[in-house]
Order: sequence, then structure tokens, then C-alpha cells
Amino acid sequence: MTTTALPQLTKKDFQTDQEVRWCPGCGDYAILSAVQSVFPELGIPREKFVVVSGIGCSSRFPYYMNTYGFHSIHGRAPAVATGIKIAHPELEVWVATGDGDALAIGGNHTIHMLRRNVGIKVLLFNNRIYGLTKGQYSPTSEFHKITKSTPYGSPDRPFNPISLAIGAEATFVARSVDIFQAHLKNTLKAAGAHRGSAFVEILQNCNIFNDGAWVGLTEKDARSEHVLQLEHGKPLVFGKNGDKGIRRKLDGDIEVVQLGNGISESDLVVHDSHHPRSFYAFQLSHMEHRPGFPTPIGVLRAWDHLPRYEDVINEQVAEVIKKKGAGDLAKLLRAGDTWEVK
Amino acid sequence: MSTVTEVPSGKVKRAVIDQAVIRFAGDSGDGMQVTGSQFTNTVALYGNDIATFPDYPAEIRAPAGTEPGVSGFQLNFSSNEVHTPGDAVDVLVAMNPAALKVNLGDLKPNGILIVNADSFRESDLRKAHLTANPLEDHSLDKFRVFPVELQRLTRAALEHLGLDAKAMDRCKNFFALGMCYWLYNRSMEPTVRWIEDKFSKKPLLVEANKRALKGGYSFCEATEAFQISYEIPPARLSPGLYRNLSGNQALALGFVTAAQKAGLRLFLGSYPITPASDILHELSHYKDFGVLTFQAEDEIAAISSTIGASYAGALAITTTSGPGMALKTEALGLAVMTELPLVICNIQRGGPSTGLPTKTEQADLLQALFGRNSEAPIPVLAPATPADCFWIAVEASRVALKYMVPVIVLSDGYLANGAEPWRIPNMEEIPGIPVHFAKDPEGFQPYKRDPDTLGRPWAIPGTPGLEHRIGGLEKQDVTGNVNYEPLNHENMVRIRAAKVEAITQDVPNDMPAGDPEGDLLIVSWGSTYGAITQSVKGQRAKGRKIGHLHLRYLNPLPSNVGDILKRYRRVLVPELNMGQLLWVLRAKYLVNAVGLNKIQGRPFKQAELDQKIEELLGL
Repeated sequence: MTTTALPQLTKKDFQTDQEVRWCPGCGDYAILSAVQSVFPELGIPREKFVVVSGIGCSSRFPYYMNTYGFHSIHGRAPAVATGIKIAHPELEVWVATGDGDALAIGGNHTIHMLRRNVGIKVLLFNNRIYGLTKGQYSPTSEFHKITKSTPYGSPDRPFNPISLAIGAEATFVARSVDIFQAHLKNTLKAAGAHRGSAFVEILQNCNIFNDGAWVGLTEKDARSEHVLQLEHGKPLVFGKNGDKGIRRKLDGDIEVVQLGNGISESDLVVHDSHHPRSFYAFQLSHMEHRPGFPTPIGVLRAWDHLPRYEDVINEQVAEVIKKKGAGDLAKLLRAGDTWEVK
Repeated sequence: MSTVTEVPSGKVKRAVIDQAVIRFAGDSGDGMQVTGSQFTNTVALYGNDIATFPDYPAEIRAPAGTEPGVSGFQLNFSSNEVHTPGDAVDVLVAMNPAALKVNLGDLKPNGILIVNADSFRESDLRKAHLTANPLEDHSLDKFRVFPVELQRLTRAALEHLGLDAKAMDRCKNFFALGMCYWLYNRSMEPTVRWIEDKFSKKPLLVEANKRALKGGYSFCEATEAFQISYEIPPARLSPGLYRNLSGNQALALGFVTAAQKAGLRLFLGSYPITPASDILHELSHYKDFGVLTFQAEDEIAAISSTIGASYAGALAITTTSGPGMALKTEALGLAVMTELPLVICNIQRGGPSTGLPTKTEQADLLQALFGRNSEAPIPVLAPATPADCFWIAVEASRVALKYMVPVIVLSDGYLANGAEPWRIPNMEEIPGIPVHFAKDPEGFQPYKRDPDTLGRPWAIPGTPGLEHRIGGLEKQDVTGNVNYEPLNHENMVRIRAAKVEAITQDVPNDMPAGDPEGDLLIVSWGSTYGAITQSVKGQRAKGRKIGHLHLRYLNPLPSNVGDILKRYRRVLVPELNMGQLLWVLRAKYLVNAVGLNKIQGRPFKQAELDQKIEELLGL
């Protein structure tokens, strides 16, 4: 058998001739650029890619990717993608979705796709606002947030998308930020390498309806103080001078410690994204809700030892065929008790 | 029950008759559905024509002995053609007072009533809200009543097997079944085989059920309780190999067949709902045919995954009932917009809302035709009988794949659970289903249409050079790019409508059964076929000029319907709804048709149809 080398694809191969119609300055441009840069590096022929989306600003994404694409209906992208994967498991299916699409109207499909471990990559663009309907609060908007539909403040408590995904037993959970291009590309590559469900939350700015959505994390000065960049096998260190860390307490909880005065990196928690149990990643995902703790970005969990849903379904079929032989239609129709009329 | 001859057979007389209707009724835990199915299978195997009507409550186990808990199974079997389960019953088997109370009204005068005498204690009567014991108060005098101590006799038959009382009592339905086999001179062999297969891992239960069955048979033989037994010779059906088939089974077989004929994988995305779930159960067994079944998290995911599987190149179907259909509405619009082939089966039940989950109705026709936002035409097909469900499944798949459209199949609870003999077709009798996947990038456009079918190309992911995007936003003609221009939108709306209309070229001109012109035309669709056919037969035998047009295509309608409507003085449209096809016919053809409408969760009785027909004919 001769193997033909794949033609070397470039970013340009994944750009379409469609005019991109996001607001100037939208964080989505940066995400599109990162995805178009990463796809050629995954070593997959272009025709195998399918980008599926629901409804919302982020869901216009497939139109700008020169792959197979399906702009479906609000919230249902994971279900459409699941059908594609079951029918055609070797396709490389990515879902582009937003905080409203994936967590409000489509929350049910999101959790079920994750618990089934369908081999789909989900990019959740989280700008904490409804953009396409012009500025109502979303399931990730802050408690008390003033928006068009909440002039006296939002009465809703927000979802933490990372905690939700881990709670649904997702096997890959990561977070990145639209403007952290290098970090975003690395995160996308890591997701691309994962076989099971991969869930990536991308913190994204909406400069029209929620400008500065993540300014507390993205401002140059704030970055190092408030962001903890996770790396597998490395201690959990953050702070302007790398002088703070996360240490495990005797009761199993974690705490922020100042390095020095007898506390060194060897006292800190070493990040293990491959841990088979999800409680550790869940603990990390909760840090941002606690005063003084940083917000983690990077890969929280990447445990790829669960069979993919589409494989389980198709293997069942293959096993039955192996055992019983391929079905004979004439025999099937004549199955059970029959009688002859002459 | 028409007696043809009587032959002496010892002291017991044996009568040869041509038809009988039997109904088994008891608690939903009494195994009445199994009992009825076994009797059905046995008489079908013998060669009688049959029609069945299983009628069970929505509650899995309503309180024992109460009226809401009564489950029934009715069977009409004959040496002639039968089209309905029968209006009234010749034999009623009632396992308790509630079953007796609920079903007695349908027993013919002088009919045979077999009751479980052990279940008529005061407490049993109280549960059925009876103040007097009907076995003692002469209220049953116009029937031939056979009180049998089913519980005591079954326990006696199973003595020394080592079963506890509860387990023994669970076999009493087979004791009653054995009695009925004796009454109609039927072999116990098929049921014995079924018992051996069903309980193959529990030898004790095989023995117990066999003993109960044979006990019932021997009891009749020994006691000569009935004084008469009946013989119903085989029916003269058209030659061929037959099997007994329910509507839901037939749909499942039809879709497997269609997928094989098309050379595609079959994908079913479904969420369990009564009375459609059996299709999911059935198809989940056919893995040796490569069938992929996906039990989704909800109705919306079920159809969305189906759309995804269709996009990826499978013959994709979804099955549901009314409330689920409502949930699928938005996704149906997406399937219309993306012009992908899929089949949506709605096994209708009584509504609105949760309604009557286990009862039949035909009230989702207008929903199927119009129940989406904006202009979203979808072809609609409806099977006429349980066995016809097979052919409708094949035809719906063929239409979906040829025209690149979603297709709705409207079955109902009566067809789904009812059964009839099905002549098994040879492979050559089943139409081929050609499928063409786009492969050539040269000149490829996602919405460039076939001039005959107006279908767009099916270009599935994985095909090099055909990368393209589809979705729910309005498409530009030919290119499929997003487009909001006013004239393009109007053009696309008209094309989508014209595409559905184009299917008419495959719909044969309909010929009414009965008289080709005359005093009355009956127009019907779906499961009312049997009852109307039976009624029209009877009426025509009396010299009345009646035609019967039964529509399997509800959208598009056959092109000659308008002409046919003009050939009769009056037009009657009987439906199990408030007049939905009637509404369509009146609107489309400006015909002064009238309706006969029944909304009771039950099929038409022949007598109801006869009465309306005679009223319209001025008789």
C-alpha cells in the first residue's frame, strides 16, 4: 500500500470568500484567526472538518470556515453534531457556540453530549451577554448586572461553564482568552488532540454590549495577579513576580500562599490535568469565586481514557454483525411465525 | 356469529361459522395483551384473516381491580376478509368485576361471557363500584354466562410445582386462553412454543404456563362446560407467505428495507413516547443491518441528531407522537430550509397536550400540513392499515431521498398496536431506491437543482472539494449563500413549495373503490380505512351507489382528487377529529363536503358509519 502525503494546508485554505460580519473590534475575530491557524496543524484533510453552530453572534462562525459547515438552530448544535458523529465517526466535528446558545436554550444538549463523551470539540465563546438580540443578560452574566432586560440588576446567579462541564464528566475541559493568541492556539491544539468530548471556554469581549467583559483578567497589570496559567506537571504559581501559589490544606481544601518565609514551590500543588477523577479540576474551577484566588486558564482536565460515544454505538453494530453475520433482508421479512396461503 | 352447519361431536356440538369477535379484559397486570396476542398469532397461523384492537390504560398499573386499570384486547377473526376488529363481541373474557363492567356493553345478546368467579368477592365488587354481584342479580341473563374459578383451578393445575400463590395466580390468563382454544378448536402448539422460548431461562415458568394453558383446555373437555365449540375455516386470502404484523413493527421493517434498497445506513434518533416507542425498541434489535439507534435526551435532540445524520449521508428517521411532534417543530423548519432527506413518524394519539396517551386519534393532520413558522411545506403520507405501514415507510423514504425533503408519516395508536396478516413481498416487489451523492467539484453548487425533482445535491462531509455551508438562514438560489434580498426570498419560498408539489408526478391518480360515480363519495385517510371499507361494502350490497376514496398522500394530494369529488352528489369525510381533512378539501376544492367526526379515542364502529351514510342518502 502506498501512502500519499497530505497536502500541506495553510491558514488561507480555511478562509472563505464570505465577508465576515461581526462588529469591528469583536473578540470573535481573534478566535476565528486562531482556529484558522490551528486547523492546518492538526494533520486532518480539510474535507473531514465539519463546523456546527447554533444561533448567536458566535454561531456565524461556520460561514467563515472553508470546511463543511452547518449553522443550525438555537441551542441544538451539540445534538446535530452528535447525529453527524454517530453516522460518520471519522469526521472531525467542532461546535462553535455562545453562553446563551450552549448554557441557556441548549443547556440540556451540552450536558448530555459531554456525559456521553461524543468526540466533538466545543468552543464556547463566553462574553457574558446576549449580543445578537442586543444586550440582555446571559446565563454567565454577573449577579446584579444591569442590562436591557434587567434595569434593576440581574436576579440570576451565573453558571460557571467550566464547573458545569466538569460536573457533566467532560473528559477535556479548558479555558482560554480571545486576546491571548498564543495561549488560545495551544489550548485549541490540545483540544484537537483529544479524542473524546473537548470543552473549551473562550473568554471573549463584546465591545458593543459588554465592553470590558473580562477586563479584570486581560488588563496588562491585572493579568499576572488574577490569572493562573495551568501547565501539566508544573506547580500552581501566579502573581506579578511569580510569588504566589496554591497549596493544599490538610482538610483537602486549597489556599493561596505567599512564596518565601519558608514556603517554596515544592509545597505547592502540582497541576495534574490527566487525573482520572474530576474533583481536582472541579476544585480549580471554583477558585475564581473565592476572594484572593486567581482565575485558572489552560487545560484543567484532559483524561482521554473513556471510549467515544460514536465508537461504542458503531462497535455494537460491528460486534453483532461479527456474531450473527450481515443481515439478510429476505430472511428478516420472513422472520417469526409464517403461514402459506396457496 | 352466523352458523353455517352444525355437526355432532359426542355430546358437544360443533358449529362451523365464518367469523367471531373475542375480547380479553382484565387488570393491566393480568396479561391481557399477551393473552390476546397469543390467540391472534394462533388463529393467524391457522389461516384466518384477522384485525385486532389492543386497548390499554395510560397508567402502567392503576390500582388493581378498578375501572381505570382495565386493559383489553379485541380480535376479529374470520374465514372471510376482515377490515375491523368488530363493533360488538361474541365472546368476552372478564378477569374481574371492573373488566366486566367496562366491557359488558359491547357483548352481543346471547354472547358468551367467561368470568373469573374467584374475583367477585365483596371487596372486588367495591373496587369496581358495584353494589350488587352481577353474577347473582340476573343482570346478565341475556348472555351465556360461564363463571369459572380461574384462580382456584389454576392453582390446582400448578400444585406441587413449588410456586408461591402470587406466581401461580399470574398464570391464570393462560388457563383462560386454554379454554378459548378449546372453544374455537385451536391447537395450543404455537403458544406452547412461545412459552418455551419466552421463559427458556426459567424452566419452572415454562412448566407452569404450559400446565395452566393445558389445564384450561382439559377443563372444557372434561366438564363439557360450553356444550358447543366452534370451527372457523381459514380465509381465502391471495396466495403467498404471510405473517402477523402490527403497524409499529411494519414501520420498523419498512425502514430497514428502504435503507437496504437505498444502500444506506439507517439512523433513528428518538425519544421514548407512547405509542411510538415500539419502533425504537424494534429497530434497536436490527444491528446486523447496520441500524444506528440513538435514544436522545429529548424530542428536539432526537430530530436534530436525525438532521445531522442525514447531513452526514444516512437514511435518517425520527419517531414520535403528538406532543413530541410539537417540540420538533422548529427543527422541521430547519430540515425544510436545508433541504435534507429525513422521515418523521408521528404515531398520533388523543390530545391536546398529554391528552390520551394510549388512545387513538387523527387530529394532527393540520399540524403536519401547516404546523411550522412561515411557509414550510412538507410532504405528508398516511398508512391505511397496520401492514400498509411497511409500504408507507418504504415510500416515505423513497420520496425523501429522491426530492431531498423531510417527509412526515402520520400513523396512529390504532394502527401502531393493531395487527393483521401481511403478505410478505418478494424482494423484486419492493421498489429500488436510487441514491446519488455529489462527488464532482466541477461546477458544484449546494443549491443547484435537479430540473425534474427540484432536489438539491446531497454532498456529504468527507467528500473532497465540496466543502460548503448550510443552515437555517435564507439561501441564495443556486449558491446557497446567506441572502436576504426580497426577490430571492420570494423565489426560494416558491421553489420549496414547487418541490413538494413536484412529487405529484410520482403519486398515481387515485381511483375510488366501489362506484366510480354516484350518490355518495366517502373520502378518508389513515386508520379509518378498515371500518369505512367494511361499511361501504355492506351499503353497496344493498344497491347504494357509493364510492370510497382513501388518501395515502395528504400532501401533495393526487392530482385527480378535484375531478373525483365532482362525480358524486354528496361527499362525506369521516375522521377521528373535528374535521381536518374536511377543512382542507373544502378550502382547496370548494366542495360542499360534510364530516362525520368522532373524538373519543376510539376507532369508528361500522354502525356509526352506516347511520351517517343512510342519513346522507335520505334513507
